[in-house]
Amino acid sequence: MSSELQSYIEKNYGSIFTPIPTGKGHPTYECEINHYLEVCELLKNDPNFDFDTLIDLCGIDYLHYGLDEWSSELASKEGFSRGASRLDENLNLERNTKLKPRSRFAVQLQLLSVSKNHRLSLKVYLNDDESIPTIKHIWTSVDWFEREAFDLFGIIFIGHEDLRRILTDYGFSGHPFRKDFPVSGYSEVRYDPQQGRVVYEPVSIEPRVQIPKTIRDDSRYESGSGGD
Amino acid sequence: MPEIQNFTLNFGPQHPAAHGVLRLILEMDGEVILRADPHIGLLHRATEKLVETKPYNHSIGYMDRLDYVSMMCNEHGYVLAIEKLLGISPPIRAQYIRVMFDEITRILNHLMWLGAHGLDVGAMSMFLYCFREREDLMDCYEAVSGTRMHATYYRPGGVYRDLPDEMPKYLKSNYRSDKDLKKLNYNREGSLLDFIESFTEKFPSCIDEYETLLTDNRIWKQRTVNIGIVTPERAKNLGFTGPMLRGSGIAWDLRKSQPYEVYDRIDFDIPIGTNGDCYDRYLVRVEELRQSNKIIKQCIAWLKDNPGPVISDNRKVAPPQRGEMKDDMESLIHHFKVFTEGYSVPEGETYAAIEHPKGEFGVYIISDGANKPYRVKIRAPGFSHLAAMNEMVQGHMLSDVVAVIGTQDIVFGEIDR
Repeated sequence: MSSELQSYIEKNYGSIFTPIPTGKGHPTYECEINHYLEVCELLKNDPNFDFDTLIDLCGIDYLHYGLDEWSSELASKEGFSRGASRLDENLNLERNTKLKPRSRFAVQLQLLSVSKNHRLSLKVYLNDDESIPTIKHIWTSVDWFEREAFDLFGIIFIGHEDLRRILTDYGFSGHPFRKDFPVSGYSEVRYDPQQGRVVYEPVSIEPRVQIPKTIRDDSRYESGSGGD
Repeated sequence: MPEIQNFTLNFGPQHPAAHGVLRLILEMDGEVILRADPHIGLLHRATEKLVETKPYNHSIGYMDRLDYVSMMCNEHGYVLAIEKLLGISPPIRAQYIRVMFDEITRILNHLMWLGAHGLDVGAMSMFLYCFREREDLMDCYEAVSGTRMHATYYRPGGVYRDLPDEMPKYLKSNYRSDKDLKKLNYNREGSLLDFIESFTEKFPSCIDEYETLLTDNRIWKQRTVNIGIVTPERAKNLGFTGPMLRGSGIAWDLRKSQPYEVYDRIDFDIPIGTNGDCYDRYLVRVEELRQSNKIIKQCIAWLKDNPGPVISDNRKVAPPQRGEMKDDMESLIHHFKVFTEGYSVPEGETYAAIEHPKGEFGVYIISDGANKPYRVKIRAPGFSHLAAMNEMVQGHMLSDVVAVIGTQDIVFGEIDR
């Protein structure tokens, strides 16, 4: 079923769809941002695709992709806590991954065809300053997903007439799901009995990592034969 | 004559019919709704961001707290995505247990929905009837995981532990007589499976009770028939899944069309509606209760005959047994590594979806080869449904908004994430 779809894409649209090697499960492709609208219309209207339902659209921030949270090269002699240094201190580390993201942001679509019973996911990379056209006229369901990606990542969807924040608080500033936004945020609220109202203050807690992110090259699962 | 203007009405977020923290800004022309603008995010906890800061197994508990009336189904979506990335599959007994608990969860969810929907529309006794049966199912959760709601029972590679041989009983107390105690414990003498079996035997007659109260009830029909009609084409375009899509007459169910675990070995039917209104969606969900009951029965029969392991023996992912750790250094190291650093998932990205009681619940995980997911996106079915609120209530009366909120089966834990 999926392989049929893959061979159809390769045969007819090989020039605009590039397969993503790290995608597992259903077919995963990426396309250039200037082909984005054309590709979406194709996926909706071509009877061989017939993707009638847009299941999901999500933003991705690739800033820290493939980077360990702590680098611990010196730790063998000195013990972990003294040898380790935080990620933000040496951001120019080399990414040691198969997928090399071309730019910082990406938008990922999950499409489903109810009539044909197949799925496809589509990725579009975006630079810091780039925006992407809305596809609300193709799939109505994308409306709130685009608002969410704007709210959490600051991705601008051109032509979306109602691009308000959706999940964060009224008057929130910043885009919290970006990787350079701390988990604890920037401001905290408390009730001030003197002023008789809720006040906003800078956060008083230090961000900390309890279990460091470590990338281990684990070849056991590469063949997909682990476990039983 | 004076000019009559539209006015804006604020509905919620503390309205009893708002199912949590929904705030609706309604633009009204008299009693008729011109535009509805749902404001969400009042329960936003940044689950996805938190998941990205922790090793994989630490986040299973967060999944319970998404849609907090169908806990194990959320876990299932997350665990399935990790298993897909790791390329492992759970033992067959674990798959049957998962299917059984998914269906128990579906009953739990639909009972909550039926009770709350009834209550919103005016049928107060429904709530009490539904919670009576929910209590038994909560006990099943407790027997298997130790908690009534936030179970954290599904693990990558299987389920945490096998079904208990003994069902916990009510204890003797000064407040109940021996006769009452015996009555309370009558179906708790055997194993958990025996208890669930006795539940499945009595449950169809409970559904009959609900139906006697509602299905032909004149008021119920006046409030739901022809309210919130969605055509099949619009339903697909609006991203509807689950009972919302089936109510519009599309026979789509991931358990049938893209089966996961052992759903392909199980016999059940997919109910669909014809008009796509609130009443049809009610009928679809009530029939789903009966079908879930049928699935649970089949799982019990299989589980009683086929003992076996319930979690993978891949020690890099699943911890070893207590006994092994006592005299095996290797097991001790595995246990320590699994519970501290966790396991590194090979680089890749995947989307795993399950048929959640509310629709398609999907988890999209990107791994960069670390012990924590790089990006997790939770696709909650209710998010798309609520986005269609504006379209569904336009031209209806104010009181129909409550019926539409009810029929969408809104739970804010999953919508706000």
